[in-house]
Amino acid sequence: MEEIEQPSRNNLEGLKGWLNPSRYGWERISYWFQRLTGVFLLLYFIGHVYETSTIVNGQNAWESFLELTQTVWGHLFLILVIGACTFHSANGIRLIFTHSGIGLGTPGRPDYPYSPSSLNYRQKSGIWIALILSAAAMYYGFNILFGE
Amino acid sequence: MNNTDSINEDKIVLKVYRENRGQKSGAHYDRFEVPYKKWTTVLDALLYVKSYNDPSIAIRYSCRMAMCGSCGMKINGIPRLACYTKISELETSTIECEPLSNFPIIRDLVTDFSLFFNHHKDIQPYIQSNEGVETDTEKKTFSFYQSPEDVDRYLQFSYCIKCGLCNSACPTAGTDLRFPGPQALAQLYRYYADTRDESKKRLDIVDDRHGIWRCHFAGSCSKVCPKGVDPALGIQLLRSYMLGISKDNKELAKKIEINTDKDNNSN
Amino acid sequence: MESHRILKESQIMKIHYVTGIAAIFVVAVHILMRLIVPFELSLEYDYIISNYKNIFYVLILESILVLVSVHGFNGIRIILLELRQSKAWENMITVVTISAMIALIAYGTRTIILANGL
Ligand code: HEM
Ligand code: HEM
Ligand code: SF4
Ligand code: FES
Repeated sequence: MEEIEQPSRNNLEGLKGWLNPSRYGWERISYWFQRLTGVFLLLYFIGHVYETSTIVNGQNAWESFLELTQTVWGHLFLILVIGACTFHSANGIRLIFTHSGIGLGTPGRPDYPYSPSSLNYRQKSGIWIALILSAAAMYYGFNILFGE
Repeated sequence: MNNTDSINEDKIVLKVYRENRGQKSGAHYDRFEVPYKKWTTVLDALLYVKSYNDPSIAIRYSCRMAMCGSCGMKINGIPRLACYTKISELETSTIECEPLSNFPIIRDLVTDFSLFFNHHKDIQPYIQSNEGVETDTEKKTFSFYQSPEDVDRYLQFSYCIKCGLCNSACPTAGTDLRFPGPQALAQLYRYYADTRDESKKRLDIVDDRHGIWRCHFAGSCSKVCPKGVDPALGIQLLRSYMLGISKDNKELAKKIEINTDKDNNSN
Repeated sequence: MESHRILKESQIMKIHYVTGIAAIFVVAVHILMRLIVPFELSLEYDYIISNYKNIFYVLILESILVLVSVHGFNGIRIILLELRQSKAWENMITVVTISAMIALIAYGTRTIILANGL
């Protein structure tokens, strides 16, 4: 290949493109949210493994660390974790299917006005289902954590 | 000819990004008032400004009919072909024209496509046949037989005009310069699916840490493509073969040797 | 190009998908453990210690640890690779994400072993 020695980064959209989910429809929102929840869950996971490790230092150490999440804000944070986990998992399953070419339709002869078969209603409903499941899980978690 | 339309002409404000290569400090927007009709395109408006207001605006265009792929630019923040976007359809009173993101700016609305074309070349965008190649020593030419179904496997992807809108909308192409981008990946599928192509190595070209796996199906490429190519579909179908979900059971096209001894006048 | 790699990117991504799917089941069991008893009770010291002594549940905890670490740190590797491209950066990313993954698995396993012996 003719290498361009140092390709220019001039005018790249950069992080703004990653972080701005508007403009391109539901699939772009799914991309944005899958990434956001993935990173958030990893951070939680690291903290969580650290949190549980306090148990080896006895009951007192465990209980004093646990107090962090036994507050209103701590509970709200856990609810976010549950929501993120549900969305990321459900949408992750959808993405594994699409990355395997399933549920996207087949190539054909495009006619004006073009409507790309890969952005079909099955994909959009998959995203909505993941969002609804996530909301339901958060509602359920809310009732358990704040109930009674 | 008492058309009131032509007296009370509708006008819009065209906001044009101006910049010379490497002179970010001088970057600014110029505003022009342009009359338009129901059928006026953004390219028409830019050419109007060039004729009557400011001839120094740099734009690139040729066919004016969405066939050459040279007039791509960001219009109201979204990559579009200027010749294929009607002002009346945008429904805004100000129209903002900016150079395509993810392509280095040369001047004003003109961007550099070298890297984009290099990525396209890297995926070997041509039919590779083990014996159908015409060589200097042995003039062997073949005619291929394809059924309409064979053609449908790739036809849609062959409509690509290399306008670059998809790469401009792609979030990965916005940070990863080594990512081939939707355009090149969809073309890889176009040749992979073609029954005339015998190459066995195509998939390896993009099985790389900056290759096809950096597509996350954000779908923005297919959303902006002006030709209905649906590059995202091609990419996912390609990936399906790489994951072993789809089996490579392509039947190669039948070949009939054509006798070219008689100096090409046997038609 | 880059044939010295141990795994092809397609193989890494297969691992990414498989760990993701497998994680759903084990994380579901883990969350259920919080729900089969009153939630507050599920976080009590004695309940948790008894969990850590249940060998089946311990195996589940260990597999969450491994599956999610592999999946999550590969995810971060992907994001960082897309962010910037240069030999030095990319080698650094590979080394850092793999070490962090091993470190987290080791640290969590230590908890599991120690808590099991409490
Ligand atoms: C439980 C079921 C899970 C499934 C089915 C799943 C599935 C996926 C899939 C398919 C991707 C690839 C997305 C893409 O390439 O566009 C992904 C990315 C990712 N996942 Fe998961 N995942 C799961 C759990 C987790 C957990 C618990 C974490 C946190 C530790 C996590 C962290 C990440 C990260 C950081 C990424 C990278 C994000 C990106 O590439 O945009 N995942 N996941
Ligand atoms: C909000 C919900 C969660 C709560 C209240 C919670 C609570 C706990 C508790 C009490 C333990 C100690 C062992 C036990 O009794 O199960 C534990 C361990 C663990 N949790 Fe969670 N967890 C939650 C969500 C998660 C999620 C979403 C993941 C994975 C992505 C996860 C991964 C782990 C792992 C790997 C361990 C074992 C750590 C070790 O022993 O080193 N947890 N969790
Ligand atoms: S795939 Fe569509 S948007 Fe991309 S270069 Fe080809 S015609 Fe343009
Ligand atoms: S001028 Fe040719 S595509 Fe617009």
